[in-house]
Amino acid sequence: MEVETRPIVRAVGLGKQVSSPEGELTILDGIDLAIGRGERVAILGASGSGKSTLLGLLAGLDLPSHGRVELDGTDLATLDEDGRARLRAGHVGFVFQSFQLLPGLSALENVMLPLELAGRADAAALARETLEHVGLTARARHYPAQLSGGEQQRVAIARAFAPRPALLFADEPTGNLDRRTGQTVIDLLFRLNAEQGTTLVLVTHDVHLAGYCERRLVMEAGRLAEEAA
Amino acid sequence: MNAPQTCGLALRQLGRDLRSGELRVLLFALVVAVAAVSAVGFFTDRIHRALERQAGELLAADLVVRASQPLPPALSDAAHERGLRVAQTWSFPSVVLAGERSALAELKAVSPGYPLRGALKTSRAPFAPAQVTQQLPAPGSVWLDERLFAELGVQAGDRVDVGASSLKVDGVIAYEPDRGGDLFSLAPRLLMNLADVPATQLVQFGSRVNYRLLLAGTPAALAEWRAWLQAPGRLPEGARLQDVREARPELQAALDRAQRYLGLAAVVAVIVAGVGIAIAARRFALRHWDGVAVMRCFGATQARIAALFGIELLALGLLGGLAGAALGWAGQEGLTRLLGFLAGGELPAPSWRPLAPALATGVVATLGFAAPPLLHLRRVPPLRVLRGDLGPVDVWAGSAYVAALAAVAGLLLWQADELKLATLVLAGTAGAGLLLAAGAWVLTRTLARLRGRVGVAWRFGLANIARRGGASVVQVVAIGTGLMALLVLTLVRGDLLAGWRDSLPVDAPNRFLINIPPAEVDAVAAFLRTHGVPQAELYPMVRGRLTRIGERAVSAADYPDPRAQRLVEREFNLSWAEQPQSDNRIVAGRWFGTEARGRAEVSVEADLAQTLGIHLGDRLRFAIAGQDVDATVTSLRSVEWDSFHVNFFVVFPPGVIEQMPATWITSFYLPAERSALLADLVRAHPAVTVLDIEALLAKVREIIERVVQAVEYVFLFTLAAGLAVLFAAIQATRDERRREAALVRTLGAPRALILKGLLAEFAVLGLLAGLLAASAAAVLGWGLATQVFEFSYRPDPLLWLSGALAGVLGVGAAGWLGTRDVLEQPPLATLRGG
Repeated sequence: MEVETRPIVRAVGLGKQVSSPEGELTILDGIDLAIGRGERVAILGASGSGKSTLLGLLAGLDLPSHGRVELDGTDLATLDEDGRARLRAGHVGFVFQSFQLLPGLSALENVMLPLELAGRADAAALARETLEHVGLTARARHYPAQLSGGEQQRVAIARAFAPRPALLFADEPTGNLDRRTGQTVIDLLFRLNAEQGTTLVLVTHDVHLAGYCERRLVMEAGRLAEEAA
Repeated sequence: MNAPQTCGLALRQLGRDLRSGELRVLLFALVVAVAAVSAVGFFTDRIHRALERQAGELLAADLVVRASQPLPPALSDAAHERGLRVAQTWSFPSVVLAGERSALAELKAVSPGYPLRGALKTSRAPFAPAQVTQQLPAPGSVWLDERLFAELGVQAGDRVDVGASSLKVDGVIAYEPDRGGDLFSLAPRLLMNLADVPATQLVQFGSRVNYRLLLAGTPAALAEWRAWLQAPGRLPEGARLQDVREARPELQAALDRAQRYLGLAAVVAVIVAGVGIAIAARRFALRHWDGVAVMRCFGATQARIAALFGIELLALGLLGGLAGAALGWAGQEGLTRLLGFLAGGELPAPSWRPLAPALATGVVATLGFAAPPLLHLRRVPPLRVLRGDLGPVDVWAGSAYVAALAAVAGLLLWQADELKLATLVLAGTAGAGLLLAAGAWVLTRTLARLRGRVGVAWRFGLANIARRGGASVVQVVAIGTGLMALLVLTLVRGDLLAGWRDSLPVDAPNRFLINIPPAEVDAVAAFLRTHGVPQAELYPMVRGRLTRIGERAVSAADYPDPRAQRLVEREFNLSWAEQPQSDNRIVAGRWFGTEARGRAEVSVEADLAQTLGIHLGDRLRFAIAGQDVDATVTSLRSVEWDSFHVNFFVVFPPGVIEQMPATWITSFYLPAERSALLADLVRAHPAVTVLDIEALLAKVREIIERVVQAVEYVFLFTLAAGLAVLFAAIQATRDERRREAALVRTLGAPRALILKGLLAEFAVLGLLAGLLAASAAAVLGWGLATQVFEFSYRPDPLLWLSGALAGVLGVGAAGWLGTRDVLEQPPLATLRGG
């Protein structure tokens, strides 16, 4: 069987410094990473270890101080902000710790948003279908404030998977949830991931959650290492 | 994603934002704004048309064509075709005989239908109470004015000879709406039927007749007729078109001021509305930062974000514009009925004319004021999804408001319809904004130092103001602008309107005595003194024509301006005096010193000088009774023509034209019930002409009163806009306040403490804004009074007290209303973002 060998995400010599009152602060330092298509990768690390910064760089939400990121073979440094946005459109999904649902939109409308942005004519039907998939058909017309934390995250997951992205970034997806609700969300995330064959890049400090991924990397003091088997 | 998809998504987004209440405050501000503007528009349009119609009464028509040749029938035919009403008058001087006695009279022959606007008044006997009449002198009869009765010594029923005809004296003509443009050169009046003119044989080739064609009808029909007249050859050589603005300078002044007042009310509404929209839009944008960051994550480009919000905004502007215009229409209609406005006369139905400006105001105000923060949304970095502290990359937030400034400037010009007023208000508002910002900055800094010395609730409030620094300044500026507008409208408005009313006091001169022969000056003065009219001062008057300015011969053909042409063609009333009159102000040069007696100098009225291009130091030549008199212009004076005091365009020092044939003139106030005195005066001094301008004065006063009423009603809408601003400003920091209050409550603070803290914060914000607004309003009011309305103005110290009180109470109440749910909601709900 022919296997796609080109990594969907590749980082070479990635570094990030920010200026702070105490002077230049190094958050990431010399990170090399390649993630293959369909892989499920967990980046583990304590708070402040730089893992969210890394996720931002890999997704093209921010630019590195040095080094480069390739997303599906395209060097992000060659694109401007709009170019990077276009690259993400319809191909990259996100699930955030704080859900990031738009408070003014109903659950259904939140799920529709990325589909509409991608110009999908069947946005409403597809969103309804995905909501059904996460078990929230009854909540479709509810606003985020009317949903529990777990429900909000399920809507966020539906929103992330609805356009069937090739790549999904998840930033502490259970960070704001209790263990039981968190488990429901984990199950859902990995079920959809399995169904769609999405590449998953998961950032967490939760070893239990990381355990669902075949590959685990550990972030420490701005450097990345493969977890010892 | 193509354009229709973007449009569709933008409209869906609008629907969602409307449904979820995200746009409630913005839409409210917008609707109130447009409602205010459109109510002002509809209302002032109606008032304006009513005023024009009333003013038309003084022309007896809406439009008049004057000529010294008979006017071709084509003119009236074309008017008839366009549905206009038409009448004709012929005026000419002639000697009228009654037995042995004769008098030179100004005959006026009128056709059926005259007057087209206003009404004639007659009385049975001279100086008896006059009554409105729909009649005209029947063929074969004439009406005489009081003076002609006296000069001819006739009574009703007698016959007088007019040319070849003998006509019956049938009544006294007490009032004709369009009597003479030049009040001081009138011979006594004889009013007759146009059908009688041929038989008199007075009008023949070469006769000096003033032919007038009177027209009245709808503005559209009049405009159509005027357009028809534009074609070459239609308006006969020498014929002149006259509408009400050119006809009566006193009324023109009143109408101009009226227009400025109403324009100002509209302008203030626009600014207040704009501030409300800007604040609400800023809040709306802030609340969308997270959403936009998510959209950017999901691949929306900056252009897409800009397009989405731009289209949403445009649609919102239209929607708000329509709703506001409908509300404004209903508002002005309801108000008109509620207040029984113009109970004495009908108000024309509202026209659709103000609708387009109202809608445009909605769109322009939305785009101008709301676009900057919303378009700024495209700069929200997608990384905000991970780092909530990141906002849009801010080059200089203020630069985005250049669009708002341009929008305001455009709207101002449009609404005020006058560059000077618009510029002044714009500069004033911009200056006031800077003053408010600087003052707010200094005061919030100072407050920060105070908080260590006050109780815990005050500390909470003051700390909030100081910590929010920039936001507090913005809030003070916004609230201050709203308050300033309200203060300008309430207090300054009162002063301005009072100033205007005072410019025409109840005892303004209402009678003129003219043609007083030099030999009778002392006797007339004595008569007036003994009969209790001491204030009447007599002035000499010499008639002369201006023939040269410097080396240039003066000719009407040199001036494109019709007013200048008329001024040049007619004789000026010249006078001499040692002292300038009390209502004259020297605007350039110096008034004659005592040593100027006999020196060839003149003082010229400033407006006349400007119209005719006369400058200080110019040498003028006047032709007076066949002699040339040269004099150098040594001063320019401004004159309050609408004070109705005797005034002159050109004044010499004593001893220059004293030997020229002169008559004397005076004006004074005489209550209506003492009119009989005038009959005695005319009997004792038959050569003296009495002019009664009571009717004209009453008209001007009525116009002033109605405009004052109108402005006061219009003010209510602006008040609503001001309240919307206040509310929007409070709403702007509501989310933050709610979160903080919830947090503090979670930490164990009692409700009362938070409430006191909030009230303390709002009260202090209101106090700062109120005091600063009062200062700004004083400056703006002074500018308006002196630069636009030409009154003197001194701000009342109460202004500051009112400002402070309005600020504290208004902001306190609005703040409490806007944030009271902070205290009623469980803290958890707030903290969870509900």
